[in-house]
Amino acid sequence: MMSNLEALKKELVETVKAPNDISALEEVRVTALGKKGKVTGLMQTLGKLGPEERKQMGQALNLLKDEITAEIEARAMLLKKAALAERLQKEKIDVTLSPRPLAQGMIHPISRTMEELAAIFADMGFSVAEGPEIEDDFHNFTALNFPEGHPARQMHDTFYLPDVNGKTGDAAKRLLRTHTSTVQVHVMQTQKPPIRVIIPGRTYRSDYDMTHTPMFHQLEGLMIDKTTHMGHLKGCLIEFCKRFFEVDELPTRFRPSFFPFTEPSAEMDIGCSREGGELKIGTGSSWLEILGCGMVHPNVLKNCGIDPNEYQGFAFGMGIERIAMLKYGIPDLRTFFESDLRWLKHYGFAPLETV
Amino acid sequence: MKLTLSWLKEYLDTTASLEEISTKLTAIGLEVEGVEDPAVALKGFVVGHVLTAEKHPDADKLQCLIVDTGKEKLKVVCGAPNAKAGMKGVFAPAGSYIPGSDITLKKSLIRGQESNGMMCSERELLLSTEHTGIIELKTDAPTGSSAADALGLNDPVIEINLTPNRGDCAGVYGIARDLAAAGLGKLKALPAAPVAGTFKNPVSITLKDAKACPLFIGRYIRNVKNIPSPGCIPERLKAVSQKPISALVDLTNYFSIGLCRPLHVFDADKLKDNIHVRLSKKGETLAALNDKTYTLDDGMIVICDDSGVIGLGGVMGGVSTAVDENTKNVYIECAYFDPALIAKAGQKLQIDSDARYRFERGIDPAFSPASIEIMTRAILDICGGEASELFTAGAVPDITRTIQYAPEKLKSLGGGSLPEARQKEILTALGFTLSGWTVKTPSWRHDIEGAADIVEEILRIDGYDNIPAIPVIRLPGQMPAALNTLQKRVMTSRHVLAGRGLYETVTWSFMDDAKSDLFGAHMNQNKKALTLVNPISADLAVMRPSILPNLIEAAGKNADRGYPDASLFEVGGVYKSPEHDGQLTVAAGLRTGNTEQRHWSHGARGADALDAKGDALAVLEACGVNTNNLLITRDAPEWYHPGRSGTLRLGPNVLAYFGEIHPGVMILLKRDENAAGFEVFLQSLPVPKKKGTRKELLKPSPLQPVSRDFAFTVDQGVEVEKIVRTVKGIDKVLIAHVEIFDVYAGKGIDPGKKSVAIAVTLQPVEKTLTDEEINALSAKIVDAVQKQTGGTLRG
Repeated sequence: MMSNLEALKKELVETVKAPNDISALEEVRVTALGKKGKVTGLMQTLGKLGPEERKQMGQALNLLKDEITAEIEARAMLLKKAALAERLQKEKIDVTLSPRPLAQGMIHPISRTMEELAAIFADMGFSVAEGPEIEDDFHNFTALNFPEGHPARQMHDTFYLPDVNGKTGDAAKRLLRTHTSTVQVHVMQTQKPPIRVIIPGRTYRSDYDMTHTPMFHQLEGLMIDKTTHMGHLKGCLIEFCKRFFEVDELPTRFRPSFFPFTEPSAEMDIGCSREGGELKIGTGSSWLEILGCGMVHPNVLKNCGIDPNEYQGFAFGMGIERIAMLKYGIPDLRTFFESDLRWLKHYGFAPLETV
Repeated sequence: MKLTLSWLKEYLDTTASLEEISTKLTAIGLEVEGVEDPAVALKGFVVGHVLTAEKHPDADKLQCLIVDTGKEKLKVVCGAPNAKAGMKGVFAPAGSYIPGSDITLKKSLIRGQESNGMMCSERELLLSTEHTGIIELKTDAPTGSSAADALGLNDPVIEINLTPNRGDCAGVYGIARDLAAAGLGKLKALPAAPVAGTFKNPVSITLKDAKACPLFIGRYIRNVKNIPSPGCIPERLKAVSQKPISALVDLTNYFSIGLCRPLHVFDADKLKDNIHVRLSKKGETLAALNDKTYTLDDGMIVICDDSGVIGLGGVMGGVSTAVDENTKNVYIECAYFDPALIAKAGQKLQIDSDARYRFERGIDPAFSPASIEIMTRAILDICGGEASELFTAGAVPDITRTIQYAPEKLKSLGGGSLPEARQKEILTALGFTLSGWTVKTPSWRHDIEGAADIVEEILRIDGYDNIPAIPVIRLPGQMPAALNTLQKRVMTSRHVLAGRGLYETVTWSFMDDAKSDLFGAHMNQNKKALTLVNPISADLAVMRPSILPNLIEAAGKNADRGYPDASLFEVGGVYKSPEHDGQLTVAAGLRTGNTEQRHWSHGARGADALDAKGDALAVLEACGVNTNNLLITRDAPEWYHPGRSGTLRLGPNVLAYFGEIHPGVMILLKRDENAAGFEVFLQSLPVPKKKGTRKELLKPSPLQPVSRDFAFTVDQGVEVEKIVRTVKGIDKVLIAHVEIFDVYAGKGIDPGKKSVAIAVTLQPVEKTLTDEEINALSAKIVDAVQKQTGGTLRG
């Protein structure tokens, strides 16, 4: 009996090796271990045996069953692996094909720069203020201490609109704002100090050549309280330039200058080098003019209803295209407004890129 | 403002180098725009003394010279016929770059003879085209000294970007005065002692308007000879781009630029009797010195004699009394004019003269008496003659101001910290007079009005670099500043649209008149008020009523460059009126050509109205608008395709337009691309009610949603939105979502009808729906759609 078992085991192990697919293997399993299978058949004969023999035979049959089961599982694993390998082989695709396109647009460098500016100044407590682009003479000039007929007015190359009916003087005269300093006036007329605002926006001057466009963008800044002085002005703008240009070691220089609406007035330069025709911002032998600034002129505070004996502060202004050109190496101002898709793709910013 | 170094040194006693001077000028607010030093190109070139000159043994036209360079005696082979022993010339040693021949000299053998440099011609140094011989210098030029000095090319030209407030520095003397105050030398005294007149002034002066012209000093000089100016005057005038003409004219220019004191000279023999100064009357004319005739307005300052207007005071003289080479007797005008009137006349007549430039910025009135003496002396010295007594009409106006200053202001406003004594010292050096801290401004400073100006004066002379920088930080506990609702909408729109594949662009706020009419400008009663009086060109004249025409033009340009599939957007202003509230902030976009490109996975698809609708809805949703509540009406403005456009409304508010651009408009714009666009009016969106950051609590149902599909046959004219709304209205709790997944007309569907298939998603709330419940709801849906749209369920 036991020797028969040995022979059976040998036979079954052989049959397990034969099938080449899972279903054939299942047939083998049924033949061996199924209800009418050979091993099962032998199990059913156990009852006819004596107790001692039954115990021995039972153990041997269980062992055989386990061994065959293990053999089948091993074989099944092998066959599944082979089947998967075959499937994988069949499922091969040309991975060099291009993926399905997902449309992606770009943010214009001017907008990107304005977002950067808002983030840097927000950190210093400045909020963003805006105002109308069509202005009256009062907000663009008079309130900002440009006397009638002063040469400083002529330097602004102003675009004019027809005078408004029913109004007189500088309230009747309409123009396209030549700077965003106009919004200083709106802010000071409507807010009480302390004031910390930056004012980005479109500005207009009647000038169109290599380095001027009739429309451009400016960022104006205004900080008014009781104690802010020129030291703060320097500190604020030095910090801004370092963060904006992402240069830790940035030489800066403040020079006396003139703007009708600030006194004292200054222009700020940052260090740069111009080796091999390439402009690099940072330590170098040259200076680059970056912005105009100064302490708000007492007349301006007065014109806006703020007592210059109590309050003081600084203002600054810069060209957004200019600083964007410097930071991102964009060579030509006029290209900002040409809507050339090649340019927009090249110099634009992905909408999900963080500022 | 241009000046030369030697001119500056005529007024300033200084040992400072050119570089020190330039740096200081910029540091005190007189920004140096450029320095041109002709000596730089001649560096290393020296005065060479030709000791001997002998014929070259192997060449007929060459000579062998021994040249003393001051340091050594060198052999030089020279081909110039005028080279001879004893002469002095410009010697270029080996290693020099010769600009005129573009070569760098090397020691060499010329036909066997050693040559260690070159004697130069004018052409070789780019001084002229002269090349027949080498330069012959005066024999007293020191051997070995700088050739630039010997050639008189040692006077660097400094160009200053003068700010309009600093009229006092529109003259070399004023610049010298500022440098002296800044410690860079000592201001020299001017030779202004009075010249005694030998005869009575025969021309009297009457001033009719004391405000316009408060002072006029005249002097007659007889028997002059108007020769060419001698000495350094022509060289200096040329260096600052003034053409030397004759001594009398040159002297007025020389003192205008040198002393910031414009003077005028009349040919006294051409004057008809006496001079009077008054305001012009409209229609008077003047034949001016620039050969143009001007018709004057009322209120310009005119200098007249009995013949009429002979000069535009402070702006330009007239031809009728101009001096020329035959002038025998000359009359000097030294006057003061009101700056504002000068500016007005200059602007009106568009005359940019050196005199106007200075008078409108404000000259030093107190310097007038001295200046006419300096002028007189110069004329007598150069042109000879005899001076009359002065005739003074009016008096020197006092333009000085008295300002109460507090030295603490330097710290509190300027952030600087200088001791009081030093502050006093700076102000005194600048010409202010102090009595305690009551400060009187100098007569040449029209720009100093108050304490803030005094702070600037002290700071600029001490140097802005000395102000310590103090960081500006948020106050403790203060949050970084946040954007307001509209600013957030603008920023969100940009990012959403760029994320949907559109490229942001920035276009002009003004456009062509005819183009603006196509986009509603003609319907705006303010159009005239929105048209620039002085546009750069006709195509940049009308403030835009819409952004779309600019985007169409931009897309067209890209198409013409070979990029026909442009998706562009802009977020910016459109203009409804010239008042402060007349500007609307709009997010507008345009898709042209294919909005989906041909790809192996799918075909190309042209942009259509529903792409534009999607863009507009995406902006609205991102800005917090519940788009489920929007009404779509078919009344988009006339620049949209009437059948392929819509208006998105919330109650009475128009939030956006979308649609294909009207083909007729495209034809008028000379474009043939398909184009679909949208305009979202960002200020019209409802203000979000939600305050704070908290979102509504999510209550996910544990029950699975159930989806049922229906297909209805409806008339072609039925808008699908009606079916969707009808279905949604049946059970607003249970029906979570209705989506159209097919619209079909054609085979199997009756003509004039279409099949609309919808998927209705039911979200059970309390318990799983039974089949009976679902069937009942389905029946309701079918009934309602039939009732509302006449649609029947397809079998």
